[in-house]
Amino acid sequence: MSSQKQKAESSELLSISSIVDVPYNYNAGYYVSQYLRELKENKRILGVKCPKCQKVYVPPRVVCSQCFVQTKEFVPVSDTGTVMAFTVVSVPYTNPNTGEPKKLPFTCAYIKLDGSDSNIMHCLEEVDEKKIRAGMRVQAVFNEIRTGDHFTDIKHFKTIAKG
Amino acid sequence: MGRRTAIVGVGQTNHRSKIPECNGQELIAIAVRRALDSAGLTIKDIDAVVVGNMDHFESINYVDMWSVLGFAGYMKPVLKVTTGGTTGSAVGHAGFYHAASGLFDVVLAIGWEQNSESDTTAAIVTHCEPLIERDFYGGAIGGLASQYSAYMDKYGATEEDAALVSVRDRCNAALYNPYAHLRKTVTVGDVMSSPYIAYPLRLLHMCPRSDGACAVIFAGEEKAKKITDRPAWVLGVGSSHGATYLGDAIAIPGLPSLEKASRDAYKMAGITNPFKQIDVAELYLPAGSAGVAWMESMGFCEEGGGPKFIKSGVTNMDGELPINPSGGVIATNCIGATGLIRIGEAALQVMGKAEKRQVPGAKVALATGFGGCFWSDVTILCSQPRLD
Repeated sequence: MSSQKQKAESSELLSISSIVDVPYNYNAGYYVSQYLRELKENKRILGVKCPKCQKVYVPPRVVCSQCFVQTKEFVPVSDTGTVMAFTVVSVPYTNPNTGEPKKLPFTCAYIKLDGSDSNIMHCLEEVDEKKIRAGMRVQAVFNEIRTGDHFTDIKHFKTIAKG
Repeated sequence: MGRRTAIVGVGQTNHRSKIPECNGQELIAIAVRRALDSAGLTIKDIDAVVVGNMDHFESINYVDMWSVLGFAGYMKPVLKVTTGGTTGSAVGHAGFYHAASGLFDVVLAIGWEQNSESDTTAAIVTHCEPLIERDFYGGAIGGLASQYSAYMDKYGATEEDAALVSVRDRCNAALYNPYAHLRKTVTVGDVMSSPYIAYPLRLLHMCPRSDGACAVIFAGEEKAKKITDRPAWVLGVGSSHGATYLGDAIAIPGLPSLEKASRDAYKMAGITNPFKQIDVAELYLPAGSAGVAWMESMGFCEEGGGPKFIKSGVTNMDGELPINPSGGVIATNCIGATGLIRIGEAALQVMGKAEKRQVPGAKVALATGFGGCFWSDVTILCSQPRLD
């Protein structure tokens, strides 16, 4: 097929735009409900302890993924922790929960809170990659107005001195 | 393991950023026709079909229904498999399981995607836990970038190391693979002067999004021998899933799921020294960084040895273990097909049919898949039914 002919044919092809807007209402479940309530009411970050291997997980969840034993003991962990991994995102990203574009750049970090054996994902106040390293110490900054939302009740994590 | 099974046919589209002349069924039909032709079969010879694409990417839920026209699946058993980034490799594994079980003789596995139809990142973030992780994730790029920042800080790896992988894969696609989407040679300088999309990853470190489809035909031993005198025998498979929360899975340099899946596949295949015994690898490396940080997970080098391993040149086309002669994922990423293309390309290598991208004398090939919450699939193919 000549490129000329291809061009003529493809100009007749149609593509139709469509937006799928589907509302959801997620059940937080028993464990994450406790977690979100503690954030909102007491500015406390809650984990849960596996009765078998004694590991503490944040956020709390129904079983330890390695032992498959039901967890029952909620334990508060520290609001300070260590950055394990991070990225400074500069590519446009639509906040999937709001449909709004996120303000760029933003720093997504995986943070191991003191007293926890797992990491949580949150954002850092610092957005200059030269000032961020894995191993850096950070502390949660809580919002004054809290609604039981993990993404906004903790405003971000700020850099703190080592110690 | 079940019955001895081999790949007897491979077909794929000429992948592009947008294939507007096809809808999904038409795209699938091209890959299926090419796979059937390569094996000298007709659709009547197919006993079962496994098909997969990414959830949400085309906003089609029942792909097993919607895609039937693409492969004339009327009154055939059809099973949908969709496991995120590993969809293609899982489709391949499911095709293998079907044939190896002895319940079906000839099985058609299909992976496809029309990424150009939707906002890939908007679709992909729906895999993230909505109440705890979805806001911050930053798409597939964010996860990979975070992992490499940890690897860099732990082992002193650099952005340039990751750029070397990107250069290798992009140049292989440009020079050797007519089916690849991006076919332009680049230099380390080009990669390093492209803008950050998510520190430490730059635009040219990262895979594109492509339209395309791939079809691979599996057959039980008896049928396979009748169809071709040089099939690609499946010697081993491994699959390993990890976690619900990315926070549980990500912040560990290396890729534990790939380590586990490789170990299982090597054991099944009888491989004890992967670097020496494997002749060519088609790896699911969505970014140059993965081509550095994950080498140790397959036992190709020691922990933290990724940068040295890549810089040595052994993974180039003329090296001891060529990686991604096809150009890999960094050159072509029609996501639901991507993992199956790795299996198909590995099969072509051991069947001696890889044309300009053929690694001379390749007998044992490794293919991987990567996706979701940092999980992995591994497939080992061989020109013979067993290792020497």
